[in-house]
Amino acid sequence: MPSVHFTPNLRRHLRVESTEVEGHTVSDALSRVFRDNPDLRSYVLDDQGRLRTHVVIYVDGRAVRDRTELGDAVGEGAEIHVMQALSGG
Amino acid sequence: MLLHLGTRKGYLALRRFARGDWRCERTAFIGDPVSQLLPDPRDGRLYAALNLGHFGVKLRVSEDGGASFTELPAPAYAKEESAAEKAPSVDLLWCLEPAGPDPGSLWCGTIPGGLFRSDDGGSSWTLNEALWNQPSRERWFGGGYPHPGIHSVLVAPDGNRVVAGVSCGGVWISEDAGESWRVRTEGMFAEYMPPEMREDPAIQDPHRLAWCDGDRRRIWCQHHNGFFRSDDGGETWTGLEVPPSSFGFAVAAHPGDPQVAWSVPLVKDECRVPVDRRMVVARTRDGGASWEPVGRGLPEGDSFAVVYRHGLDAHPGEAVLAMATTTGALWISEDLGDSWDLVTAELAPVYCARFDAARPA
Repeated sequence: MPSVHFTPNLRRHLRVESTEVEGHTVSDALSRVFRDNPDLRSYVLDDQGRLRTHVVIYVDGRAVRDRTELGDAVGEGAEIHVMQALSGG
Repeated sequence: MLLHLGTRKGYLALRRFARGDWRCERTAFIGDPVSQLLPDPRDGRLYAALNLGHFGVKLRVSEDGGASFTELPAPAYAKEESAAEKAPSVDLLWCLEPAGPDPGSLWCGTIPGGLFRSDDGGSSWTLNEALWNQPSRERWFGGGYPHPGIHSVLVAPDGNRVVAGVSCGGVWISEDAGESWRVRTEGMFAEYMPPEMREDPAIQDPHRLAWCDGDRRRIWCQHHNGFFRSDDGGETWTGLEVPPSSFGFAVAAHPGDPQVAWSVPLVKDECRVPVDRRMVVARTRDGGASWEPVGRGLPEGDSFAVVYRHGLDAHPGEAVLAMATTTGALWISEDLGDSWDLVTAELAPVYCARFDAARPA
């Protein structure tokens, strides 16, 4: 199963832990994480479900291309990292 | 007497012990921008609006005077199925006000221009569609931010009359608690716009509205283009010359005397520093017919201090003013602005200063 990891900076604001979840896309994987941790959603996604401007997600070392629908594919055993983009200062 | 400050680097509460002696009693959210605060006089709750940058806007509430906070859902736009690239998302929680006598009823003005209401103490929020769906909203635009925003919401004690200020989108009035709205900017003008647009209500840029609790027909407006006064509850406006400059962001109304108000002048829009870099407060005591620069104790030169639109507050029950600056200074006046004491000059830029007090009905 893909693994999802979050920047530890989020721990200043809420509980967040690395986890393994089912999913074939970034959207699938995050939806499962948010089901167990609903408060986390608004920290990563904006009102429309888009990736926040200054958040970046890497899948196996590559930044996701679809920041609107989060449709980038994730393979079995993928490593998904949700990080702060340095553009946010 | 307690003063709440929302700064770029956190929340502080300062308590008065004697004139000039205010001590920090509490802090929270250290390192995080606090865009707005509401010490709610109806139930003692303290609401704090955060702007976490990377992680978006957040709303927190304290039931114990700021010792601890819990997270509330922040106002948010409904997900739109089409035009996903342009669909709105809240960028900033810019003002928070009680929406009437019922504890838990709240208005929240936001960037990009949505006015949200809660009737359950912030546990859920509803976009005010009557204002959001105004056809002229298409002509609103951002002032200092990429998108327009609602920074001032004046609410009559019964909650029915509401006056909202939009940068840049005019002054909107409701008589039915937000069910319907009309824009009223007659007398306002915007010289920085093309001639045919200078009086268009939908492009006016009121920076801040303040009314006198003792006579709510009197509303003061610090506007991008100057300073305006209304004598009829916001229906019409009269331009005033405020020396040393009619440009600024903040305005405060005396809670009981409709003849008295304060602004904090800056040179003008393309040069946002005190005139001659001497920090002064402009005060009128005759309804705006004349103004005097006051500010004994304030820096007489070399000042780059700006007071943001929520950075000046008049205590609703006492003749005390708080003024907090982008340069991290907090000033207090206990004589209607004649003289000022520096409490601290070591804050982060201050977004809002708000006294904790039960506001008179």
